[in-house]
Amino acid sequence: MIVPLTHLIILAGILFSLGLICVLIWRSNIIMMLIGIEIMLNAAMLLFVAGSNHWGLADGQVFALMIIAMTSAEVSLALAMVVYLHRRKKTVNVDDLRELKD
Amino acid sequence: MEQILFYLLAAVTVVATILAITEKHPVHAIIYLVTSFFALAVVFYLLAAPLIAMFEVIIYAGAVMVLFMFVIMMLDLGRQKDGTRPTLSHCFPALLLTGIILAALIMLVIDRTTTQPVAMQQLSVKDFALSLFGRYGVAIELISMQLLFAVVGVLYLGRRRKP
Repeated sequence: MIVPLTHLIILAGILFSLGLICVLIWRSNIIMMLIGIEIMLNAAMLLFVAGSNHWGLADGQVFALMIIAMTSAEVSLALAMVVYLHRRKKTVNVDDLRELKD
Repeated sequence: MEQILFYLLAAVTVVATILAITEKHPVHAIIYLVTSFFALAVVFYLLAAPLIAMFEVIIYAGAVMVLFMFVIMMLDLGRQKDGTRPTLSHCFPALLLTGIILAALIMLVIDRTTTQPVAMQQLSVKDFALSLFGRYGVAIELISMQLLFAVVGVLYLGRRRKP
């Protein structure tokens, strides 16, 4: 353990707050909202890896890998939805994207 | 030495993330975010998780961010007009929730009852692989099914519709 667990939790908390700010502030651009979700998931991954290192168990790293796989699925689906909605509505503003059906 | 490196990398991560979320231009935001992810990958390496560090570079900074870049360039979102800046009413819930999170962090720092590190032995890649394919084998199957569902959903959303 190179640094105390508290410092890692603080770093993860700051990163999570930044991601949360990004999601809540950028409602005019759905791409920036997705970037905020990425930042938040990264903070969660950092916390898992830090716990895995602190307690000497590999479970945290396994769940960090699960988060990576989940994120790749989520991003591909969300970006396909962005492309689909942009093709129909010509906007990326979330307030204008209310419905999915044709 | 490793401590200094960790604090430097933490500073790089936080500053790059702040620059990314305040950047108006999405392409610049993604470049800053890739910087942040590289620094975070080295943090993972310092935390004895070399495999996660590699996946972070390959999948996050490599694949996911390039996917974002593709979509931004495909939809031509590079030039944003004025009037898309967040307004003050959008900032209020963000500030409230961030205040709650930071208050929780401050309470954590004041409390100072964190446990000492339990195990001193280093985690090897073998331990990771045994845990991944032994105890969490079902989770691997679930993740593979989830990726399949994502492929099906993307194909459905991206198909050409007859006019």
